[in-house]
Amino acid sequence: MSDTFVTASPHWTWFIIPYFFVGGIAGGAYFLAAVLEWFGRPEDRPVIRTGYSLAFWGAVLSGLLLTLDLGRSLRFLNMLFQSDNFPHLMFKSFSPISFGAWALLLFGACAFVSWYAETGGTPAKLIAAVGGLLGFFVAGYTGVLLSVTNRPIWADSPWLGALFLASGASTGAAAIALFAPGRGATERSLRWVTTFDARALIVELLLLIVFLVSLGTVAKAWLSVWGLLLIVGVVGAGILWPLRLHLKPAGAGALRNPAVMVLLGGFLLRCVVLLASNSIEYHRVASVVAR
Amino acid sequence: MPEAMGFFTDTTICIGCKACEVACKNWNQLPATNGGVSELSGDSYDNTRKLDGTHWRHVKFIEQFEGPYNGRWLMMSDVIDMNPAAGTAQKCTLCYDRMQVGLEPACAKACPTDSIQFGPIAELRTRAQKRVDQLKAQGEKRARLYGDDPNGPLGGLNSFYLLVDEPEVYGLPRDPKLPSRNLKSSGVLSAATGAVLGLVALVGLRKRRMDEIGGGGERGSEN
Ligand code: SF4
Ligand code: SF4
Repeated sequence: MSDTFVTASPHWTWFIIPYFFVGGIAGGAYFLAAVLEWFGRPEDRPVIRTGYSLAFWGAVLSGLLLTLDLGRSLRFLNMLFQSDNFPHLMFKSFSPISFGAWALLLFGACAFVSWYAETGGTPAKLIAAVGGLLGFFVAGYTGVLLSVTNRPIWADSPWLGALFLASGASTGAAAIALFAPGRGATERSLRWVTTFDARALIVELLLLIVFLVSLGTVAKAWLSVWGLLLIVGVVGAGILWPLRLHLKPAGAGALRNPAVMVLLGGFLLRCVVLLASNSIEYHRVASVVAR
Repeated sequence: MPEAMGFFTDTTICIGCKACEVACKNWNQLPATNGGVSELSGDSYDNTRKLDGTHWRHVKFIEQFEGPYNGRWLMMSDVIDMNPAAGTAQKCTLCYDRMQVGLEPACAKACPTDSIQFGPIAELRTRAQKRVDQLKAQGEKRARLYGDDPNGPLGGLNSFYLLVDEPEVYGLPRDPKLPSRNLKSSGVLSAATGAVLGLVALVGLRKRRMDEIGGGGERGSEN
């Protein structure tokens, strides 16, 4: 039995699940916008704008969810400043939470500037470069954070950060594909986004398999309703089905829209990874060992 | 350097009176209830429902304590918990405030059977080993120390235990590790994934351009 089973689950509330989801979308969407900012062409502007606004509003929502999760909201200042030493910054390089708090703040600032400034040009490109990297960081660090605990499943594999990053990319692309048409995106820009989305889904699927294999005997912990949801919801509805829809569009309706299904799958991924581990109570584990 | 201090907890003589929990709560002004529900178990003679950051704080707490006034702690397990009154996470302080004025920790002071002992680590180790030998001589062959070995996991824990069953039964990890062990590998794999996805995005753009040139696209020269 892995030692991670005799630990207690963290005191997070459900706010953390939508945060992981929204943070991933915001980071992924910004990254794609940044790539187009550098290497795209004028006709891609609507897609870029969509990416920036998803990133900005996503960052705002993320901050809100995280602050609410604290229970005592003003305490979020303690993540950024040393309370006894006020203007001094609180930053711990070994802590993904500390890193993440700063990355989210700086990412939000980049997203705001990119979203607010209408036009491209060199300054926009520079901001996009910084924000794009921060975006991927925001999308992926949440998985790293889970691995840097002593909890079952999360701490039993080093692949969770990579998996969340890929999911951030696929859901970010899906969100753009969903909203960009309303902002006047051209067929050609959109095709690049959806092609990227399909490839990101393949990367995500491979990483998910590697992640499950890397768990070794701990993979048994998935023998629960969350494991079922992982197979049916995340892999089936959220990866394989949209991949098939990419190859063979099936007409109108939310369930036939690959972007909607990818977003659903991304949300379920965060749910099952969080809940599969959180549902393991060490008191129960201890009593099983005792018998 | 001052002598390293620590805890030795002999679980075989704990009578489950919970005086340590009450003492800890009392000294640290922690609430006895959470949402109106009492958290001290009163329905059995076994120990407790929960040993954590708002009860008997040090029990599930592995610390490296470098002398009485210079604490460096490693947390694990159920040690940190929410204080329902303050709404913040709290953990065992080793009664730092008491130690500064030469008092032993509240939990150790309160324990009527001396199940919890506080003192210089070297001395506690000797005492603990004697107790194991005594128990073995009496026929309790499973008696063992947990976390006492300076060459063991995490270089020995300055809060160690005498157990008579598998560590998991006590809710203790067999081979405690630092959570940060995963930081580097996770970070590197994530960065690599980011690079792969960036490449995927760029290859897509390049293909779009090539297709247009190949297909005689009228906008092929634009980029
Ligand atoms: S040392 Fe003090 S704070 Fe820690 S468990 Fe004992 S009484 Fe509680
Ligand atoms: S005070 Fe001593 S005997 Fe009573 S429950 Fe605590 S450790 Fe056991």
